[in-house]
Amino acid sequence: MNILNFINAFFSDSAHWQGYDGIPTRLGEHVQYTLEALAIAAAIGLPVGLATGHYGRGGNALAFIAVAGRALPTFGLLVLMTLSLGFGLINVMIPLVVLAVPPILVTTYEAMRSVDPAPVDAARGMGMHDVEVLFRVELPVALPLILGGLRSAAIQIVSTATIAAYVSLGGLGRYIVDGLYQRNYEKVVGGAALVALMALATLALFWGVTRLTVSRGVLRSN
Amino acid sequence: MDGFFDIPSDLQHSWLGLVGLHVREAGLPVLAGLLISLPLAQLCVRLRWLYPPVLWVTTVLYAIPSLAFFVVLIDYTGQTELTVMIPLTVYTLVILVPAIVDGVRSVPQETIAAATAMGFGPVRRYVQVQLPIAVPAIIAGLRVATVSSISLVSVGALIGNQGALGNLINDANIYNRPELAVNAVLTMAVLAILADGLLVVVRLLLTPWMPSGARARRAERPEPEVAAR
Repeated sequence: MNILNFINAFFSDSAHWQGYDGIPTRLGEHVQYTLEALAIAAAIGLPVGLATGHYGRGGNALAFIAVAGRALPTFGLLVLMTLSLGFGLINVMIPLVVLAVPPILVTTYEAMRSVDPAPVDAARGMGMHDVEVLFRVELPVALPLILGGLRSAAIQIVSTATIAAYVSLGGLGRYIVDGLYQRNYEKVVGGAALVALMALATLALFWGVTRLTVSRGVLRSN
Repeated sequence: MDGFFDIPSDLQHSWLGLVGLHVREAGLPVLAGLLISLPLAQLCVRLRWLYPPVLWVTTVLYAIPSLAFFVVLIDYTGQTELTVMIPLTVYTLVILVPAIVDGVRSVPQETIAAATAMGFGPVRRYVQVQLPIAVPAIIAGLRVATVSSISLVSVGALIGNQGALGNLINDANIYNRPELAVNAVLTMAVLAILADGLLVVVRLLLTPWMPSGARARRAERPEPEVAAR
């Protein structure tokens, strides 16, 4: 297997494990970008999604945002931002956030809408306020779907932060982009393996978070 | 903007040529994905135990970033269109398989029973009853798959000019001509919206029994977002 040889060569070269272009540095950068973009996107998407879903309004506007968000090509947006605003982390963060907000927003809205109305009515009958109904009834039931939206946003950020190496960003994409320019296939494949591993780790992380945070009754009924 | 349609000659295509190339590179994977998903989804409907592992595998494959997928494939398929189209095909499965399975499963039991009572065999029942009723769900999946495919093709530019309109973005960067990037982004967005609209029209044509106009629009909710990278 050709690929496995490349991967083996990449990971066993000690030069790849230290310094500015070392795996720990690049991995740390990638994790940092992902967390920052995801945090900003969640700070925008979650409250709006929870509020619109709770009151059941604005579905059409969200559908429009979803289509618009999907239709804008992120790679193009990345290059365009960099060309017009110059190099910089913020210029790269904007497309990443633009990419991640629609899935969080739409899935949160959908999750809140799909909550069974019977327990919500029961909660109101017990005298709960809007805020209590939202956080103690609707949110726990909707949590698996909401986490699913966050997961797909996180995975999209991980893979797009790879592409962002093309416009000056660090992170694991550097190996792929630099390797392609240097015709160093070992580096390219090693970088690709790292990115794929990180995406799979994200998947596993969200699986674990879902297990830990979603109430057992809700997990069982799904 | 000046030179908006002055496509650098290294791309060896006119603007329309790039658009055609883009439509092909984004469209063929969706078609291939549909051809794979239809039998796969039918298997999942028939054999219930098969559905969770299939979902799991498609989700894991979907998590692999496109750029990583491309560069690994270069070793087998070279720097060709095929290298871009294979991952895009794989990505569509995570959207299309659940869409078709949910659509086919949502067919009411009475409808199937009625078809059986009319003497429909399993094949005819599937093609003439279950599939048509599942059309709205399938089209909803196709819309997400097509739009994200159109956006993803452009990443192919990073593995050596296999990104159709994405190559224009690359050239915008090399030659420092932002207007080319604006052109590419707008063209791709318009292509995506046109393709989306076309699929809505196809659904209206295929499901003449569905309510149309204001009533349908009110019932339409934003479908859960899975794709678009």
